[in-house]
Amino acid sequence: MSAVAFVLISILTLAGALAAATLPRLIHAALSLVVTFLGMAAFFFLLGAEFVGLVQVFVYVGAVAVLIVFTILLTRRDIEKDRGFNWSGAVIAIAVFTGLIWAILRTPTLAMVAPQIPPLTVRRIGEVLMTGFVWPLQCVGLLLTAALIGALILVREEKR
Amino acid sequence: MTPWIVANLWLIPAVPLAVSLVILSLANSRRKGAAALAIAGQVAALALAIAAFVATLQAPNCPPHNFTWFTFGENAVRIGWVLDPLAAVMLVMITLVSLCIFIFSVGYMATDKSFTRFFAYLSFFSAAMLGVVIANSLLLLFVCWELVGLASYLLIGFWIHKPSAAAAAKKAFITTRVGDLGFFLGMLWLYGKSGTLLFYDNGHGCIENAALLSLGASATSIALLIFSGAVGKSGQFPLHVWLPDAMEGPTPVSALIHAATMVAAGVFLVARVYPLFSLGAIAGVTPSLTVVVWIGVTTALMSALIALAQADVKRILAYSTVSQLGLMMVSLGVGGVAAGIMHLIAHGFFKALLFLGAGSVIHGCHEEQDIRKMGGLRGLMPLTFLTYSVGMMALSGVPLFFSGAWTKEEILHATAQWPASRVPHGLMLAGVVLTALYMTRQMIYVFFGPRRAASARAHESPPVMSMPLIVLAICAIGFSVVLTPAWPWLFAYLSGEHVKFDLSRLIQPMLFLSLALVAAGIALGIAIYHKAGETDPLEQMQPALFRFLQNRMWLDEFYDRTVIIFSWTAARVSDWLDRYFWDGLVRAFAGIGQLFGALTTSLDEHGINAGVDEATANTRGLGSLISAKHSGQIQTYLGAVALGMLALLILYAWLT
Amino acid sequence: MTPTLTSFLAVSAALFCTGLLAALSRRHAIFILIGIELMLAAANLNFVAFWRFGPEPQQITGVMVAIFSIAIAAAEAAVGLALVIAVYRHYRTTSVDKLDQLKG
Repeated sequence: MSAVAFVLISILTLAGALAAATLPRLIHAALSLVVTFLGMAAFFFLLGAEFVGLVQVFVYVGAVAVLIVFTILLTRRDIEKDRGFNWSGAVIAIAVFTGLIWAILRTPTLAMVAPQIPPLTVRRIGEVLMTGFVWPLQCVGLLLTAALIGALILVREEKR
Repeated sequence: MTPWIVANLWLIPAVPLAVSLVILSLANSRRKGAAALAIAGQVAALALAIAAFVATLQAPNCPPHNFTWFTFGENAVRIGWVLDPLAAVMLVMITLVSLCIFIFSVGYMATDKSFTRFFAYLSFFSAAMLGVVIANSLLLLFVCWELVGLASYLLIGFWIHKPSAAAAAKKAFITTRVGDLGFFLGMLWLYGKSGTLLFYDNGHGCIENAALLSLGASATSIALLIFSGAVGKSGQFPLHVWLPDAMEGPTPVSALIHAATMVAAGVFLVARVYPLFSLGAIAGVTPSLTVVVWIGVTTALMSALIALAQADVKRILAYSTVSQLGLMMVSLGVGGVAAGIMHLIAHGFFKALLFLGAGSVIHGCHEEQDIRKMGGLRGLMPLTFLTYSVGMMALSGVPLFFSGAWTKEEILHATAQWPASRVPHGLMLAGVVLTALYMTRQMIYVFFGPRRAASARAHESPPVMSMPLIVLAICAIGFSVVLTPAWPWLFAYLSGEHVKFDLSRLIQPMLFLSLALVAAGIALGIAIYHKAGETDPLEQMQPALFRFLQNRMWLDEFYDRTVIIFSWTAARVSDWLDRYFWDGLVRAFAGIGQLFGALTTSLDEHGINAGVDEATANTRGLGSLISAKHSGQIQTYLGAVALGMLALLILYAWLT
Repeated sequence: MTPTLTSFLAVSAALFCTGLLAALSRRHAIFILIGIELMLAAANLNFVAFWRFGPEPQQITGVMVAIFSIAIAAAEAAVGLALVIAVYRHYRTTSVDKLDQLKG
């Protein structure tokens, strides 16, 4: 696995994430989010889970980001700028980050190198999906149906 | 035969008792059935009594039948029945007289509403009286004694709508109760000293030698205490006041109770426990017997005098009964036990006859009882007149054919021989004269002379009432056969002596003396009263004395002022004490309880409740304090979650 | 220098905390949703990284979880955005400061 690729992708992703969190204008933040998602997909490709990376692109970039853009459109106010930045949130986030890093770094067994693995085929994913994970699959289907119906109901016009 | 009847002597009172209970359960309308049942019960009792009497002829001294009633701890209470000549003659007399009275009542009470109740009570009374007679245990005797008292209360107050009857019943019960108190104390004392209440028990009975020896000097006191019961029941002075008032009951009741049976129970009792009285006798005289004599004498004379001034036909007879009972007590006291009992039996017959005759007269004169309003009934009620004369002559003591004469003569004989004093003898002679006098007065007023107000519509009684009169008259005459000194069969039977026929004994000084006295009395009576009008001749002659006698020597009023007032005051004091003192105490205790309650309430209210309220207020304050932290800002919530997660993470990392 | 598991985990942690930052410190409701998406993405990365560096690559549980997580994240984003729209319609605001009816 290439270290250079890793560094580049991580810089891209993190920059995008930071931008999404801190940009004042909402639409900019949404577009930075798209960049972040693409960076994530690249990570997945790097890790050898290509299928996940593609799913990531389809679902997150294709659906979620678009949804966010639409919602921004529907909830537009005259003043698009979002004023006010809560610094206590930053403090908490930095604290959590510190804690996580500390926990990661004090575990020496995590410092391992990527072993050689046979490539992950879609066939394999399909097999597992239909045998071991068939019940979660059905449940997710149900969940998606519920979410669909729920979203529809939520945005219905209120009866006057 | 003998052992069977002795063991089953209890049947004699049991049959009338059972009959009484059955009649009580009958409806009021079943009059014929009730009467038939009562009479049948009495006939059965009579048959058994005769059987018992016959048994004693063969074996005069059969041992009594005793058994254990109940035990408490190590002691056993034994009761039983005894059949000796005394009991046997009493049984026959009681059942025979009761039977005649029952039959009489069928006619006398024919128009009464509570006909069945009457017969139930009569049977009950008969059962109780028979129980008194056969008892071999002082305890059993006392129990039946009290039942007799109860029965007499029920019967005297039979006409419950009459307040005077209720008052008379109450007076009878309470007066006899006063006597019974002494009886009970004597009984307890005797039990304490001798350890048994059986009369005859193979030498261990309480009136047999072993027990008597252990009594010593206390025998007198015990005897006198038991005598007080007899004083109450037999109407001796000073407890005689109930007997005349008891005439409020129906006439058959007066006949049964106050002539033949209940009042005889007192005399019977003295005869029964005679060994107690005669213990340590010096020439036949003991302190207790002396008391008996003097009380008897006083009673006999006093009531004879009062009878002379009474106007109610039944009251005259009542006082006559009291007088005769006094005579019997005198006889017992001077040592003539057999003579006294003989007179008791004879008196039972002819007094019942007289009372029933009076009942017939009252019934015939349509419930009139004042003799001054009667007169000339001789022609209108011949049968009643005839039988009544028989009774009167028997009572007065007309000799030869009439039983009362012989028995009275025996008594006079006995009193003449009393070593302690000759005074009773003399006074009894005066009593004989007085008896003849007042009976003659009554006869003249009722049956002779002009017809006054009530006799206008008088009529003879129906046969159901006159038949018993005839039977009793025959008994009164026929009885004298066994009483004559020529052939003193009954005397020998009662006293256990040997009898022999000796005509010469008919001729005695005492016989002539009594004949003279009786004749004098009758003659005096005719002389005074033969022209009597509505007002009594005696009243005209000696108004003050007459009024004194007419008002029964003011004794009732005296008792009213003393005894009654005393008990009334005691009742008031008790009531006051109860109402204010004891009630006050109880209220004080209640007040303490209430105070306690108030204290706990206030403690609860201010102490505990306040504490609880404080606690809840504090909790609520704390709660509102904490809930104020809920700002509703979801970012705050999320931040808190994140921090919590961090904390857990560090904890986990540290631990592993 | 090949990237070790530690480096992947570090990147994932940084991503997570950025998401947390977005969720905690911005007032607009949609920013909170963005933050949530970022956090979910960081978790997915973690799962796949552990699968890749794990001892048994035949067990593709990590990959499967990541796939399902993506699906669920999509559903949740849809519902959440629908909520934002509904709230906007009712309260005329998207600022979460104003939405404090749970207060007290």
